[in-house]
Amino acid sequence: MSTAKGMKLTLKVWRQKNAESKGNLETYELEDVSPDSSFLEMLDILNDGLIQKGETPVEFDHDCREGICGSCSLYINGEPHGPGRRITTCQLHMRSFNDGDTIYVEPWRAKAFPVIKDLVVDRSAFDRIQHAGGYISVNTSGNTQDANAIPVEKENADQAFDAATCIGCGACVAACKNASASLFVSAKISQYALLPQGQVEAKDRVQNMVKQAQEEGFGPCSNTGACEIECPKGISLENIARMNREYLAASLAK
Amino acid sequence: MSLDSRIPEGPLSDKWTNHKNNIRLVNPANKRNIDVIVVGTGLAGGSASATLAELGYNVKAFCYQDSPRRAHSIAAQGGINAAKNYQGDGDSVYRLFYDTIKGGDYRSREANTYRLAEVSTNIIDQCVAQGVPFARDYGGLLDNRSFGGVLVSRTFYAKGQTGQQLLLGAYSAMNRQIAKGKIQMYNRHEMLDVVKVDGKARGIIARNLVTGEIERHSAHAVVLASGGYGNVFFLSTNAMGSNVTAAWKAHRRGAYMANPCYTQIHPTCIPVHGTQQSKLTLMSESLRNDGRIWVPKKKEDAEAVRAGRLKPTAIKEEDRDYYLERRYPSFGNLVPRDVASRAAKERCDAGYGVVDNDTKEGVFLDFSSAIERYGKEEAHVKGLKNPTKEDIQRLGKNVIESKYGNLFEMYQQITDENPYETPMKIYPAVHYTMGGIWVDYNLMTTVPGLYAIGEANFSDHGANRLGASALMQGLADGYFVLPYTIGDYLADDIRTGKIPTDTPEFEEAERNVRDQIDRLVNNNGSKTVDYFHKKLGLIMWNKVGMARTKEGLNEAINEIAALREEFWKEVRIPGTAEELNQELEKAGRVADFLELGELFARDALEREESCGGHFREEYKTEEGEALRRDDEFAYVSSWEFTGKPSEAILHKEDLQFDNVELKTRSYK
Ligand SMILES: Cc1cc2nc3c(=O)[nH]c(=O)nc-3n(C[C@H](O)[C@H](O)[C@H](O)COP(=O)(O)OP(=O)(O)OC[C@H]3O[C@@H](n4cnc5c(N)ncnc54)[C@H](O)[C@@H]3O)c2cc1C
Ligand code: SF4
Ligand code: FES
Repeated sequence: MSTAKGMKLTLKVWRQKNAESKGNLETYELEDVSPDSSFLEMLDILNDGLIQKGETPVEFDHDCREGICGSCSLYINGEPHGPGRRITTCQLHMRSFNDGDTIYVEPWRAKAFPVIKDLVVDRSAFDRIQHAGGYISVNTSGNTQDANAIPVEKENADQAFDAATCIGCGACVAACKNASASLFVSAKISQYALLPQGQVEAKDRVQNMVKQAQEEGFGPCSNTGACEIECPKGISLENIARMNREYLAASLAK
Repeated sequence: MSLDSRIPEGPLSDKWTNHKNNIRLVNPANKRNIDVIVVGTGLAGGSASATLAELGYNVKAFCYQDSPRRAHSIAAQGGINAAKNYQGDGDSVYRLFYDTIKGGDYRSREANTYRLAEVSTNIIDQCVAQGVPFARDYGGLLDNRSFGGVLVSRTFYAKGQTGQQLLLGAYSAMNRQIAKGKIQMYNRHEMLDVVKVDGKARGIIARNLVTGEIERHSAHAVVLASGGYGNVFFLSTNAMGSNVTAAWKAHRRGAYMANPCYTQIHPTCIPVHGTQQSKLTLMSESLRNDGRIWVPKKKEDAEAVRAGRLKPTAIKEEDRDYYLERRYPSFGNLVPRDVASRAAKERCDAGYGVVDNDTKEGVFLDFSSAIERYGKEEAHVKGLKNPTKEDIQRLGKNVIESKYGNLFEMYQQITDENPYETPMKIYPAVHYTMGGIWVDYNLMTTVPGLYAIGEANFSDHGANRLGASALMQGLADGYFVLPYTIGDYLADDIRTGKIPTDTPEFEEAERNVRDQIDRLVNNNGSKTVDYFHKKLGLIMWNKVGMARTKEGLNEAINEIAALREEFWKEVRIPGTAEELNQELEKAGRVADFLELGELFARDALEREESCGGHFREEYKTEEGEALRRDDEFAYVSSWEFTGKPSEAILHKEDLQFDNVELKTRSYK
């Protein structure tokens, strides 16, 4: 497509051998990176060069490379998923940078997301929060009632959908000075709170999920809104408000 | 060994019910003593794990990502089919069955396809009960859209994220069972071998991708739900980690591979931008409802567009070749995927491609007519008497934005071009593999106790899959078929007890895995894994891709064998085997692709006809359309591994059509 000539870049990349070791920033120079390449393709080029030189490549999480699996997770120049809005790192293209730029690449930083190696962190805490209540207790027997038996108001269905588009990437945690997981937890709480199917277990769900998030070491929410700005899926702060209402209602009912 | 598809007796519409009534069951108390391994947590594996656990089995589930929620099913955009007939437009189980058989170009099993259509309705009920937020209309009821190749609206969707929502539904069902301790989840684990004891699948060898530990896991049955192998082409719409390893290791242990050459090449993807590219992005099929596909009529115009000297918008109407509308007046831009893809290739091969990449591969997908048409309609609706050109453009763009806004945004993000102002550029890309592990009606492979579900098996789509049917199949297999049929096999195991892992069979399999890993990390080569993967991809794309010839296939077979040899001599893996090492993971996958690729080409060579996604230049009509040869090739090609891909033995499962008449597909 673009015939623009390649870019010259300086990279400062976090290298850490394993969870136990202390990491540090390493400097790498890259030449001739196409502005049409994605950020992760730029790292592929870096790694190709490192392997050729007999050095170990930089490890980073990625899979779909189209912004939906939630695997990729880089802290680029001080921002989760880099300078773009409403996109993940894998959707970021090098044309967002200038020839000659220095780019800092670091992992998510949070107590509950320990580094495994280089830029790869352990996000299994997110899964454990879901185990604590991120489901509706219905058996997959095939004996459920007809899907159209309970109509759902379009507005609620749409809002539930918006909340449900969270990809579990963890950028909200990385963006937050308290490393709070509130945006992530509230997205799931909201999805179910807005649907009739989610009502029966609503009270236990919100209490159990919030408790699990605390136990995992995520911090409290102090409403700075940094998470909403950095969230690649535009998950709204309204979900946190809804979660807080649900939590209060559940506590009062006890 | 002869192939027994174990299709139940009786009329088509009663087969599944009768079968369920007749197969053996395991009583709930005994299920507690039975372990099942599920490899994969996509729609197929996620739904199967959850359901098996609910039924009472002890499930161990594996995925290579850091969470089951990231399986590649998450990326599916468009929707999921089900014969609900909510729109009252004449849909039925039979019609869905018929469309699937016809769409598959009469190369799938009637009984399996019918069952798929039959259970499709349950899927939607199930997902809604789980809280999957499908699109709804203003009355609060579920909405539908229509997809290529059919005449009814039966596709359920959740904006452009249907796969994500369905997968998160299955993930939530898994979470409930994980919380109960009924599923043990192994994230960041890769299965590297199947273990057979007395001829039966009794476990797997897996590598912990964080620590590099090699682990033995035993069970009474093993289910493979490891997805498709489109990445044998290097560039595809699959996730970077999508692989054939689980399936291929099973193949090496006796599971036959069926129809490996049946591949779906999706017509509307963003073209390759250069040699640094790592993957391709799909643009939903729905765009073909309003976009018109064309290339310049004159070669010099095409050249000028590629060189950036001529803007597509400056090419006059009479100098444009809307080749799909020209060749297929009745279906036009909405011909099935395989037909649209081949037509694009034909024009680009002839020198009319519009993209300035190495291969000059790309055609226009143009929305200007639709913008004008919608703009005029809107102006009329709004009562504008003499709308200006600008009014029409503005109104038309609004309509297009409301329909495809997120896709247009995605396109602009990737290409830096504004598709409202200039036509999109698209080109076909590898998307889905209809071929896969051979299974019988119970979804069991040729290895007793080893099952394959979802895209990993070959069962339901014949030589071409219809849009929105893969999600349906994954969930049908996992929620509603396998959990029944596996009981028939496990009924013999209620007294077996735990399968020990300190046996010679596990020993041998583990050594096998260790040997390969040691060989890779100690290889003192000079080339990266990607070097080989890209080379393999090019051979596959050029000679085993959209159009295949005897000559090309023979060349491909030799080239792939030679490349495989070079790989084992020259590949270089940095780091060690005792740590997170993504190069090592990739190397193992590419090693298996290098074997599969050869079998794939052999399968294409052996099938001397054109059908669905498989097009042999030698077998076409005078007008260049696919020519099926039903009298000789109405069978499933199933390959038995005997040591090398070149020595695999072909077994044929004849396909019987008792309920539909074999016809030539025509979209003229
Ligand atoms: C971009 C895109 C859009 C699509 N859109 C649609 C659509 O709109 N409608 C439709 O019906 N279909 C669509 N499809 C097709 C459909 O998404 C897939 O066919 C389907 O989701 C496959 O599901 P699966 O469960 O079989 O496998 P996958 O979802 O691919 O899951 C594979 C699982 O296996 C695991 N795995 C693989 N190998 C190993 C191993 N060796 N060890 C351990 N674990 C392993 C992975 O971790 C993963 O959990 C689309 C496909 C793509 C690529
Ligand atoms: S809320 Fe947004 S930032 Fe947080 S995990 Fe979900 S998608 Fe990522
Ligand atoms: S790699 Fe999947 S979201 Fe970025």
